[in-house]
Amino acid sequence: MTVFLIMPSRIMARGIEGVFHDLGEFKVEGIVSDISSREEAMLKNMSVDAIIVDPAVFAHSSRGNVKHFISEYTDAPVVAFPSMLMDDESARQYDAVLNLYDSPAEIIHKLRTAVSAPKDNASADGSELSSREKDILICVAKGLINKEIADLYNISIHTVITHRRNITRKTGIKTVAGLTVYALLNNLIDPSSVE
Amino acid sequence: MKMSDLVEINYRLLAVLPRLGINIGFGEKTVSRICRETGVDPAAFILICNMYSYQGYMPTEEALEAADPQSVLKYLHNSHSFYVEDNFRELECLMDRLVAPCSASQKKIILDFFDGYRKEVENHFDYEEQVFFPYVDSVMKGKGPGDYSAAKFEENHSNIEEKLDDLKNIVMKYLPPVCSPRLANDVLYAVFSLSEDLEKHTNIENLVLVPMVNRMENKKEA
Repeated sequence: MTVFLIMPSRIMARGIEGVFHDLGEFKVEGIVSDISSREEAMLKNMSVDAIIVDPAVFAHSSRGNVKHFISEYTDAPVVAFPSMLMDDESARQYDAVLNLYDSPAEIIHKLRTAVSAPKDNASADGSELSSREKDILICVAKGLINKEIADLYNISIHTVITHRRNITRKTGIKTVAGLTVYALLNNLIDPSSVE
Repeated sequence: MKMSDLVEINYRLLAVLPRLGINIGFGEKTVSRICRETGVDPAAFILICNMYSYQGYMPTEEALEAADPQSVLKYLHNSHSFYVEDNFRELECLMDRLVAPCSASQKKIILDFFDGYRKEVENHFDYEEQVFFPYVDSVMKGKGPGDYSAAKFEENHSNIEEKLDDLKNIVMKYLPPVCSPRLANDVLYAVFSLSEDLEKHTNIENLVLVPMVNRMENKKEA
């Protein structure tokens, strides 16, 4: 399974890589040390099984909304690996919290639990379309094929298909014609663009 | 058993009876007498009722052997007309009323989608009416299979449920708020029951008619 790391501390990122290397099962797919527009773009194009984030990346005032921020880009579970103390309130938003003193086995165990836990459909976030999914939906509604969408956003066809599967899972709509109706009724596209 | 008692057991069979040419006003007549009077094979009648009433019902070899394919064919053919002339028309009227308060563009979007669905299903029926059913008819009359076969039909038997499912979701979840919830409910009832009915229809084609034709094809080759 693949994991994306968002952490400013090289030594912590290396530590995670070391644990994965020793115990197998997980693999680091990419590492960023900050969240700027370039990193956001990377996050959008990633289809990984989990995200590990050090909340220190975010400004203090926005640390309560990290999970929400990340779930705009991906449905993958978000696991915190804080380099500093974190209050219980903000800890609760994550699918798991790793501790600097966790043993390698504990880290793997926590990740495995977070990845296999059923998607949090009770919260609105889990069933609302993410902004990337909306982008893809708009393309589908306009009649673009998977290859064209992949080229447009510089992502793999596999990623496009994953997004489309998630769109269908969330909306319950399977056909292109049905998705077009959805896009039009939700004002995602202009009626003139599908004529 | 009296026909009226049968309907008492499963009122949804009320949809099946007219497709076999059986109309209400049964009096005290039994199922077998009504079948005789309307020229429906009783074994085929029972088979269709079972398929229609029980989820996951698999016809036995004996039941398939005993039933007359002509009656099954008649049922399927008449079902097509009922879908097109009754169900779709009724649903179209409901949809028209449902979207009446919407903006012109929303109205067009939703009605175009419904229209697209209807055309798709009608094409599907047309193929069966013009290619498969005549083939079944000719096999029944003892003509050789030629280059078409029931296997080819199964290959081409496309899925017509997806769009209806989408319509269900659109009406249930994404309709503009100006639409009447009562009418939306009426549409949903109609869509759910049509969807169930079509599923049974497809099962009768795939699990009754196709095996019957396979059997006749094999006999011919033997």
